Amino acid sequence: MPKVTIDDITIEVPAGTTILEAARQIGVNVPPAMCYYSKLKGSGGKCRVCLVKVTKGSDRDPRPMPKLVASCRTAVMDGMEVRNVTSPEVIEARRGVVEFLLVNHPLDCPICDQAGECHLQDLSYDHGLSKSRYEFERRTFERIDIGDKIQLHMNRCILCYRCTQVAEQLTPERVHGVLYRGEVSEISTFIEQAVDNEMSGNMIDVCPVGALTDKTFRFKSRVWFTKPMYAHRDCPTCSGKVTLWYQGAEVLRVTSRKDKWGESEGFICNTCRFDKKQTIDWTIEGPADVDRHSVISQNHYELPYELPVNQKKLSN
Amino acid sequence: MGRKLLLEHIDKPDINTMEGYIRHGGYRSLEKALKTMTPDAVTEEVKKSGLRGRGGAGFPTGMKWSFLDKSTDKPRYLLCNADESEPGTFKDRLLMEKIPHLLIEGMIVSSYALGCRTSYIYIRGEYMFILRILEKAIAEAYAKGFLGNNILGTGYSLDLHVHPGAGAYICGEETALIESLEGKRGNPRIKPPFPAIAGLYNCPTIVNNVESIAAVVPIVNDGGEEYAKIGIGKSTGTKLISASGNINKPGVYEIEMGISVEEFIYSDEYCGGIPNGLDIKACVPGGSSVPILPKQLLFKQSDGSPRLMTYESLSEGGFATGSMLGSGGFIVFDEKACIVRNTWNFARFYHHESCGQCSPCREGTGWMERVLHNIEYGHGKMEDIDLLWDIQRKIEGNTICPLGDAAAWPVAAAIRHFRHEFEYHVKYPHRVFDADHVYQPEMKMQTV
Repeated sequence: MPKVTIDDITIEVPAGTTILEAARQIGVNVPPAMCYYSKLKGSGGKCRVCLVKVTKGSDRDPRPMPKLVASCRTAVMDGMEVRNVTSPEVIEARRGVVEFLLVNHPLDCPICDQAGECHLQDLSYDHGLSKSRYEFERRTFERIDIGDKIQLHMNRCILCYRCTQVAEQLTPERVHGVLYRGEVSEISTFIEQAVDNEMSGNMIDVCPVGALTDKTFRFKSRVWFTKPMYAHRDCPTCSGKVTLWYQGAEVLRVTSRKDKWGESEGFICNTCRFDKKQTIDWTIEGPADVDRHSVISQNHYELPYELPVNQKKLSN
Repeated sequence: MGRKLLLEHIDKPDINTMEGYIRHGGYRSLEKALKTMTPDAVTEEVKKSGLRGRGGAGFPTGMKWSFLDKSTDKPRYLLCNADESEPGTFKDRLLMEKIPHLLIEGMIVSSYALGCRTSYIYIRGEYMFILRILEKAIAEAYAKGFLGNNILGTGYSLDLHVHPGAGAYICGEETALIESLEGKRGNPRIKPPFPAIAGLYNCPTIVNNVESIAAVVPIVNDGGEEYAKIGIGKSTGTKLISASGNINKPGVYEIEMGISVEEFIYSDEYCGGIPNGLDIKACVPGGSSVPILPKQLLFKQSDGSPRLMTYESLSEGGFATGSMLGSGGFIVFDEKACIVRNTWNFARFYHHESCGQCSPCREGTGWMERVLHNIEYGHGKMEDIDLLWDIQRKIEGNTICPLGDAAAWPVAAAIRHFRHEFEYHVKYPHRVFDADHVYQPEMKMQTV
């Protein structure tokens, strides 16, 4: 198995693993990913935030790679040495890419339903500049209605292509895609209200920003005021393992479970997502596992486990 | 007079027909290759010739061919990249319009060398009239038995198709071309895998420029070593240069590699000098995406020796003092030309042609265009020049395909060599508002 060294940490991974996946196995200083989604075939390589520097190609060919490479699409080689956060060049390039992503982003976080679980928010917090150097009018798109369940805000889109891959790989027929070219290219459908497939709701989950949001959850609550709970039900079409987002006794929305990297653990069907919004439909497993750095956990609710410090205090 | 290998018979009136082409020595290489040479021998001749890709990057063609994955039993494809869209480049158009059979002959010989059974010519959508010319020529070749089953009784079969694009510059990038040919959106693929391993329909594929494929014909006719005798060092053979801009005789010229830039611009055989008695200010030697060279660097290399029309000499010293031969789109600017306006124009092109797949290029090209537009029309600030520099630096090398680099290089070079003109635009906004303004630093600022 090839050995790869990322930021001076060596790990052995199966052949064909990408640098990003190897970094995720190490678990610290993982390159961010806005378009790569491990569950979607052919995703990645587009947003360029995961750029890393390969200082040594492999044991057999130790030459460094001439350009920064997209870690999500570059397979590791035996003896490869990669610099991520320890390379100023990478940090610089990543800052640049984040700035590019924000150039035309409306920054309407105060009214965006994604705020709080938005990857672009996290990314701009980590790498972005506090001030924009872009002095021109931000681009806007005409609003289109793609269906009765999903709200498309094209202005917020970063064109990661994840939703088109969901449609291609989970549904029998893709009815939306990217129209036009360059700066004005947009996610769109040819026919209004055309997105109504049973698995189409997963487009919401894979969207890293607030471009695709749940119409049934629109403006109901900020995510950090809701309490996520794991639940499951016997679903004939999907795994039925979901997160219920409660406010009081009311289920405001249903999403799939997200892992550490913000990816769905299993895709869920639209019946689970949009139609089963009663507690009685579900078997509750307990509070969802939310990363403690996430803004969602700032509104402390019952922890899934008790901290050792708390236990000590109680025993005294 | 330099030797002409491709355009030798261009002025013969019947060269576009099968009879005329054969009368002037056409389809000799086809017979020679298919009847007397093995496919590998043809590849070996191309390697010996030192032919380098004429589309811009200058990668050795023979080496590219040897990367073709022959271990699988999948079909192999040869694609001819006739999506010539680089501003300032129009050499392939002339070649296909006037001597279509040269390209077809080259395609058959090259396909034979690579073992392809089906080959495509991907032509840009604006060249629809050339597509008709090529289709007519292909029909003639089928009728003559040069295409189709069992060519010349040798047992080798080839089908050749022409496919029009829909007018996107990005489809000239080889993987975007493949996507477009497959009927998808013309987005470049992420490499690796390279087309030689997994290209068209996931099969091994070679993509070559029109001129490279046409050059295979004289290579097979006269032998690779004979071809390699022309030129200097690793730049062998002849190159078509599309000369345009402020010169007396714009047009397509076939040059022997290794003539000096000065000779090319001023000799009557080629460009014929600068009109109206003006002096030259700058030159873009290889199509819009290569860095611009100012006069003082254009004729002399940094070591003082004359700059030659070769891949090495034009790129001498990297981008600090050099440029690239690129696709041979030779654009000359006289002293009245405005570099800022020209840079803005190039940036506008790349903004329009970015495919929008990866973020730096999608957002950066538009940003650069807007900043340049502001400077050009007298709304710029001094910080904008540094901002431009920073934007181009963050695009270059961070994109999926070379379009990002191509958008960044002209801006970088213009700032590197002509920063004073940018500053002039910022300092004297009322003077540059007129589209025909001329950079005149010696003028005293008028009192308003």
